[in-house]
Amino acid sequence: MNILLILPILIPLLTAISSLLAWRNRSLQRVFSTTGACALFGVSLALFAVVWQDGVQASQMGNWPAPFGITMVADLFSALMVVLTGLTGLGVVVYSLAAIDPERESFGFHALMHFLLMGVCGAFLTGDIFNLYVWFEVLLISSFVLLQLGGEKAQLEGAIKYVTINLVSSALFLTAIAILYGMVGTLNMADLAVQLKSADRQEMLTTVSVLFLLAFGIKAAIFPLFFWLPASYHTPPAPVSAIFAGLLTKVGVYALVRVFTLMFVQQSEQLSRLILVAAGLTMTTGILGALVQNDFRRVLSFNLVSHIGYMIMGLGLFTPLALAGTVFYTIHDVLVKTCLFLVGGIIYRLRGTYKLSKLGGLYQARPVVAVVFLVPALSLAGVPPLSGFWGKFILIKAGLDRQAYLMVAVALVVGLLTLYSMAIVWSEAFWKRAPDDRQAEAPLLPTAQLHSRLLYFIPVGVLACLMVLIGALPEPFYDIAGRAAEQLMNPTDYVRTVLGRLP
Amino acid sequence: MLLAVVSGFAAALFAPFIHRRLPRYSGWLFATLPAGLFVYFVSFSGRIAEAEPPRFAYTWLGSLGIDLTFHVDGLSLLFALLIAAIGALVIVYSGSYLAGHAEQGIFFSHMLAFMASMLGLVLADNAIVLFIFWELTSLSSYFLIGFDHRRAGARHAALQALLVTGLGGLALLAGLILMGSVFGTLEISQWMLTGDAIRFHVLYLPIVLLIAGAAFTKSAQIPFHFWLPNAMEAPAPVSTYLHSATMVKAGIYLLARLNPVLGDTVMWSALVTTFGAATMVTGAYLALVHVDLKRILAYTTISALGMMTMLLGIGTPIAIQACVVFLLAHALYKGALFLVAGAIDHATGVRDATRLGGLFGQMPVVAIAGLVAALSSAGVPPHLGFVGKELVYQALSEHLLNAILLGAMLLTSISFVAVAGVVGYRPFFEGMRDVAREPHPPGLSLCLGPALLAALGLIIGVAPGLVEHWLVAPAASAIGFQPVAVELALWHGFHYNLLLTLFAFATGMFVYSRWDGFRAVCTSLDASASFGPARGYDLLLTATSAAARATTRILQSGHLHFYLLTIVVTAIALIGGSLLTQHLPLGVSRWSDVRIHEFVLAVLVLAATVLVVRARKLITAVVSLGVVGYGVALFFLFFSAPDLAMTQFAIESLSVLLLVLVLFRLPEIERYSRTSERVRDAVPALIFGGLMTILVLTVTALSREARLAPFFAEHSYPDAKGMNVVNVILVDFRGLDTMGEITVLSIAAIGVFSLLKLFLKGKRESEGNP
Repeated sequence: MNILLILPILIPLLTAISSLLAWRNRSLQRVFSTTGACALFGVSLALFAVVWQDGVQASQMGNWPAPFGITMVADLFSALMVVLTGLTGLGVVVYSLAAIDPERESFGFHALMHFLLMGVCGAFLTGDIFNLYVWFEVLLISSFVLLQLGGEKAQLEGAIKYVTINLVSSALFLTAIAILYGMVGTLNMADLAVQLKSADRQEMLTTVSVLFLLAFGIKAAIFPLFFWLPASYHTPPAPVSAIFAGLLTKVGVYALVRVFTLMFVQQSEQLSRLILVAAGLTMTTGILGALVQNDFRRVLSFNLVSHIGYMIMGLGLFTPLALAGTVFYTIHDVLVKTCLFLVGGIIYRLRGTYKLSKLGGLYQARPVVAVVFLVPALSLAGVPPLSGFWGKFILIKAGLDRQAYLMVAVALVVGLLTLYSMAIVWSEAFWKRAPDDRQAEAPLLPTAQLHSRLLYFIPVGVLACLMVLIGALPEPFYDIAGRAAEQLMNPTDYVRTVLGRLP
Repeated sequence: MLLAVVSGFAAALFAPFIHRRLPRYSGWLFATLPAGLFVYFVSFSGRIAEAEPPRFAYTWLGSLGIDLTFHVDGLSLLFALLIAAIGALVIVYSGSYLAGHAEQGIFFSHMLAFMASMLGLVLADNAIVLFIFWELTSLSSYFLIGFDHRRAGARHAALQALLVTGLGGLALLAGLILMGSVFGTLEISQWMLTGDAIRFHVLYLPIVLLIAGAAFTKSAQIPFHFWLPNAMEAPAPVSTYLHSATMVKAGIYLLARLNPVLGDTVMWSALVTTFGAATMVTGAYLALVHVDLKRILAYTTISALGMMTMLLGIGTPIAIQACVVFLLAHALYKGALFLVAGAIDHATGVRDATRLGGLFGQMPVVAIAGLVAALSSAGVPPHLGFVGKELVYQALSEHLLNAILLGAMLLTSISFVAVAGVVGYRPFFEGMRDVAREPHPPGLSLCLGPALLAALGLIIGVAPGLVEHWLVAPAASAIGFQPVAVELALWHGFHYNLLLTLFAFATGMFVYSRWDGFRAVCTSLDASASFGPARGYDLLLTATSAAARATTRILQSGHLHFYLLTIVVTAIALIGGSLLTQHLPLGVSRWSDVRIHEFVLAVLVLAATVLVVRARKLITAVVSLGVVGYGVALFFLFFSAPDLAMTQFAIESLSVLLLVLVLFRLPEIERYSRTSERVRDAVPALIFGGLMTILVLTVTALSREARLAPFFAEHSYPDAKGMNVVNVILVDFRGLDTMGEITVLSIAAIGVFSLLKLFLKGKRESEGNP
């Protein structure tokens, strides 16, 4: 039993429980929270190192042999996602030490944050399809509570839309699991991979895979199922929307990639056209939505939707290079989206608004903010040589290799429109004169001391540096993405490690 | 080599800080970098003329075939020298042009970054590396055009340039990747060796269109030319450096670089020559219509870029040679003229040619530099411009369609002569007109650039032998990919081209003398403002944003109801679609198995469900819901799942009790929807329910093997020490699930608590219509 597979779930759980026990002591909660986040990040790195060196790792819960108990399993893609969870989790926790208000803190903000991380890690590490559902529940309920925490009117409205649509997704997911179990009588994903290959009703499997596509498609916010995201992500405080933007949709993407590469391999060939159409429409409608928004965070929300399309595109193309593109793009997107929402929080703290029409003059007044905005914004738009460029490059090359010319054209044009959308934000918030001159003269973070400033800027700065680093030295990251994609395309190791044998 | 390229970026990083320390000398200081690079590149000249061009490779992303490879042949060297030399002069010039500007440090930073990107672009051998630097030049151009960012005009012009050149960037990326897959490598120097492989490839046409699209947007060929005049919002040094001397020539560079690979086909030459010639004439005409010095220069730049494109399209050795010489001549004289225009603007605050005059007294050096450069641009001997233009005439006269092209060239020359008068003579030597403030004489750093560039044009014109062997010949050889012997001369003897030149002078001077009248006629005729491609750009942006508004309003309407409807309809379409293709073995063959009490219960549950939906009072709905729940629980009981039934009973009882408890605090049900809407919702709901029923029935019909249950039954007592298998499954076999679900409950408890207790007043806006 490999303890490293359990720790990414246990650490956030213990952190959350200790934070709950220290309900009245906010400073103790902050200590727990930061320690827990550091520990999680450290463990995630260790797990990644082990998987990188020794290949796929699996661990049978309660020592019940697979497929009878629940198996936790980490291949490179899982381990990578856990590292990203650890990283963004730590960044957001540090940022929220300065950015979150005492009221929310005393209503369990830190505990909820770690419950969320627990759910996310669980979803990435589980090798059991029903257990995946359970982790989805954990992260759904904790994100819902985080979303409404504070009870502002806008928050409640967003949270209701969020939870209703996500419950539909859960219902579809559960139905799909039930049907699948009815057909082959197992829940272990590796075992499912084996059984489904020899299942006698392949057409029925197409229907089941469509159910999974719908359920995870809602989670991943693809067209036309994304409505909950732009309806809610701009309502909670910045750290909350940052962690949502960075991780939650990626759980959906991860689940799609996992089931379609491991379980429904034949079906993903059949559905590839459908997935590509969805990818193209997600990109297009998302970015068009971003172009007409006036609220900084809604611009980002629609961009978030739009760029899910790129990750799905890699899945639809279904070649090793394309999947490497998906993995690479996911790494990039987690960093960029988290960073941009955090920068949004800084701007809000400075100017008290997210409205582009009311912002202005930040370029001259706050050059540091301008830099930490520019790096992720340009990276998002795929400007070379930042991280986003490589992600896009790999996907476009994969698309051209598969002769999916229309898909490539859409991906390229959406890239340009993303640049346009970021240029609008830049022009409005940074270049334009501030509509109210007194605003421009307000001091940086008026009430904040140095350490609070550091808490704001260090996470953002680290994320921005990572984007530059990935852009400047893409080889090791491409190596990781390539090997992860190889494992996804050829899951023999995964199956053998989980089942302890190769049938 | 890598250091040479990267040093500019490093300098850019520190420029604002250095500038803050040494604001007065920073221009001179920063200029030492391009000056040093100039010397460095000159040192290559000997090696290139004789042997194989030097190549530098640094590993980068080797697994995708992308390494940092650089390659210095004649073409790269010509560009690199221009970039470094003009860069040094322009940076010195900006030191005093923008003296005292609050953002001068950032300006230097952008300029240095641009210089480095441009160097990388012309030196790169790997196609993707070339693309990366190409995009970086577009980006730095964006920041530099928008330098005066408080003005809306500058912001719009910057965005326009970014989008137009960005569009070309997309085409370039796609084109280069396609070429890479055709050749199996991304190294351009490798492509040269097997150029024929692509000319007969199916993808040849799309590749040519993509590459040409990239070159045409960057080098402002029609119909993409409109961004360049608007880019004149940038400060004069930027216009000089980016928008006349170097960046806009990147498209020319691309065409020249890929000429050995893609050129030499009818398709290529028709496309490139036609667009080039059309751009040349259009630019020449529009240059005469405007009065703003910088705009006039911008249009002549467009015209000159068109001329170079046209020459590359023709592609004969003499045309290539003409292109290289003219490129050099243009960079020198146009650079000088832009700097002169900037100096005038700096001194007087006026750029309107009709209001300027008599400035010779205040700025003699600048005036003479302007005049010399203008003469070169007009093609007056003994300037380099003359040498270039003679070669162009010669190249055109050998072409199949020489009448048309020579005619176009003649019109262009006439315009260039007239424009030379407007920008190089009129502001200095005609009577003073209408300048608000007393002009102040420019300092050394403002004079140095124009004077040096103009002088170079004159010197090389007099003695073209200075550049023919080490600069022009290698560049022409690189473009043609075959050795070219270059003999440049001022005097070619009497030839009928000379007559054309003389005719152009005479007519051009006539047009200059009638400039005001000519302009008035043109302006009244000018329809380009309302129909031109600039209008097209505006329309496209408006259309995009209208489309964006429309789709977003439809999709993200703010109504949860609509969202759910869309999701359900999508689900119906996909599930229904996938079911349609198969033969369904529904488990309905065993109707006789259905026992009477089961049937009654089913009817009861269905009736209760209808009642829940139709109920007019809350209490009715709650009770009916309870009936549905108990009914389902009974089914569990019938089908031998007593544990499940008991759980369900407990939950149902609790929820009914709780609902009744809070019932009195809830508002009565009101009808918000019309009957038509309810029908609209009922139809998908029923279809969806039906589909789910079919699914379940199908699965039941499939044989299934119980694989897990025997294991659980067998191991429950001996290994897990539990008599109740269901309990053991919950707490042991699948204990992790249970832990997760318990966590869900605790989180929900926190949620309920905070929902009841915590209400902050937020300023954030909910989702309205966009």
